Amino acid sequence: MAERYSSFQSGSLSWFLQRITAAFLVVVLAFHFFLLHFVNHASEVTFAGTTARMEQWGYMLTMVLFLLTATFHGVNGVYAALLNQGLTGGKKTAVKGLLAIAGLALAGQGTYLALVMAGVM
Amino acid sequence: MSQSYNRGLIEDFGRWKEFTAGMWAWILHKFTGWVLIGYLFTHIAVLSTATTGATAYTDTIQGLESLLVVRVMEVGLLAVAVFHILNGVRLLFVDLGLGLEQQDKSFYASLVVTGVIVLASVPTFLEGAF
Repeated sequence: MAERYSSFQSGSLSWFLQRITAAFLVVVLAFHFFLLHFVNHASEVTFAGTTARMEQWGYMLTMVLFLLTATFHGVNGVYAALLNQGLTGGKKTAVKGLLAIAGLALAGQGTYLALVMAGVM
Repeated sequence: MSQSYNRGLIEDFGRWKEFTAGMWAWILHKFTGWVLIGYLFTHIAVLSTATTGATAYTDTIQGLESLLVVRVMEVGLLAVAVFHILNGVRLLFVDLGLGLEQQDKSFYASLVVTGVIVLASVPTFLEGAF
């Protein structure tokens, strides 16, 4: 039997959510790179062009969902990796709180930014 | 949240010469994951110039894109993202119990396909940087 390595305990809720978000992110991250480097070139990005994309509700909602799932997937992945390195006790609680605050701040700022780009705020 | 569990001495990085393909895949997936979450925070911070006005946003992005070092780092980011995506798909299959016996070969395939995609993308990423 081949060896299987993972930072997650198979079957746990965080493992499940990490896989669900991964399946979504695989598609949307590839789409994001393709759209902003091959269809539109990053060096030609302007506020007007960004707004034109973000004014389309389907695109804006996809980007917000992209932000939220990427934030969860990233922060949850970092937490799992740190636990895997042996983080326990008070340090574990502190890191969990810090990552939760950082993740919420990122999600909040990113959502606000999306609304500004869409011309809503 | 996740629970840690002990896999013994295999995580001793001093024994890197004994690591299997699956172990390298795990280490590279972690490394690329750290880079991507770090980039996400930076990305939102840079894009947040949009909240101060249209000109600040456009000038910031086009100013950064005019720097060769930024273009080269974007190629590095592409490599990191493509590997994380391909190895992530591989992990999803492994978790479903599909291709477990070929998981070393699928790791090598992830590396090769990442290399091909990144090399093919270099002209597009560096266009106009010189």
